[in-house]
Amino acid sequence: MAANGESLTSQGYIQHHLTNAKACFTDQGLSFNYACSDAGFWTWHIDTLGWSIFLGLIFILTFRSAAKKATTGVPGKFQCAVEMIVEFVGKSVKDTYHGDSKLIAPLALTIFVWVFLLNFMDWIPVDWVGTLTAVIAGESWQIIESGQSHVYHKIVPTTDLNMTFGLSISVLALMIYYAVKIKGVGGFLKELYAHPFNTPWLYWFNLILETIALIAKPVSLALRLFGNMYAAELIFILIATIGLYQLPVHFVWAAFHLLVIPLQAFIFMMLTIVYLSMMSEKH
Amino acid sequence: MNFNATLIGESIAFFVFVVFTMKYVWPQLNGAIEARQKQIEEGLAASEQAEKDLELAKKEATNKLKEAKSQAAAIIEQAKKREALIIEEAADKARAESDKILAQGQAELEAERNRARAELRAQVAVLAVTGAEKIIARSIDAKAQADILDQLVEEL
Repeated sequence: MAANGESLTSQGYIQHHLTNAKACFTDQGLSFNYACSDAGFWTWHIDTLGWSIFLGLIFILTFRSAAKKATTGVPGKFQCAVEMIVEFVGKSVKDTYHGDSKLIAPLALTIFVWVFLLNFMDWIPVDWVGTLTAVIAGESWQIIESGQSHVYHKIVPTTDLNMTFGLSISVLALMIYYAVKIKGVGGFLKELYAHPFNTPWLYWFNLILETIALIAKPVSLALRLFGNMYAAELIFILIATIGLYQLPVHFVWAAFHLLVIPLQAFIFMMLTIVYLSMMSEKH
Repeated sequence: MNFNATLIGESIAFFVFVVFTMKYVWPQLNGAIEARQKQIEEGLAASEQAEKDLELAKKEATNKLKEAKSQAAAIIEQAKKREALIIEEAADKARAESDKILAQGQAELEAERNRARAELRAQVAVLAVTGAEKIIARSIDAKAQADILDQLVEEL
């Protein structure tokens, strides 16, 4: 960040928009942002957490209200809309996962709708919420305009690696749980070392290969979503720096995200189902 | 890359949302969808069955109508036959009655005639005797025949 008094640079603007709001406990009690630079692991991204939990609550409350009023007779428009999503997810699960599981379908539904809502925040203009937060926090307009405000707010949770890895590591845990549940600990381990070359002197090689393959799944899952949304947000911010011409360009980029946002949610859901079904099948 | 406690927070939030969806959202919605699918399936089957039943009922109705018509025709035929029979019987009876009455009448007539004939015969006898008496009274002297008369008187 530039020192006080310097005018706004593109670099500073971009960096400011891509920084999460942090919170941590220090010797002075609950602290925010710069005060947390030494807090290490025990730092919380309160914007990511806040928005993701808020959007998750919107998801479960909306769907819960539909579920409560669900009728087997003629459904209303709201129930129809919710049922369309449920049926779409259910069909994807049925086509891909052949085992019998009460968890996979609700898991896929949660991932699809939640990730969609998280990505959806990308459509909210980059400066609105951040500036509003700075104003509420009592920063002077001059400081906000100069891009040196110490109040940060990144509203797209999926542009935070903690968010995407939080999801994909949970998926990895489920993958291992399913593998162990269906094939047993021995079966799971055997797939790690006795595959693809089933000769004892190559077990060490198999183990390295399969472990990398296993770890690569959640990593690619998280990085794909993060990369897409981070790049999208970065380009929104870049567009915001080009002056008056940004308006039509913003529109085009936002329209393009009509495709990207649901697609990324769908891919995350689909790959989760595929990975879980791979782990549930015996080779 | 700065991993921090947010990772744990998001994992917990994810876990909670998934469990909530699994318990309170998915079963109800999916159940409703599946129940409705079943209802529609049953409804379609029922309507098909009803169509079949209707077809069958129509056929049956046509058959019944035909049967009823032929039965009615048979009954009318029978009634006509019976009518003819009754008329004939009545005619026979009347004829017999008239014959009987005729015979009775003839018999009475015969009896009457016989009686009249008998009466007539009796009167003819009396007439003859009276005539004879008159003839005899004119031609015969009463004294000459007095002995016969006396004899007759004596015989009385």
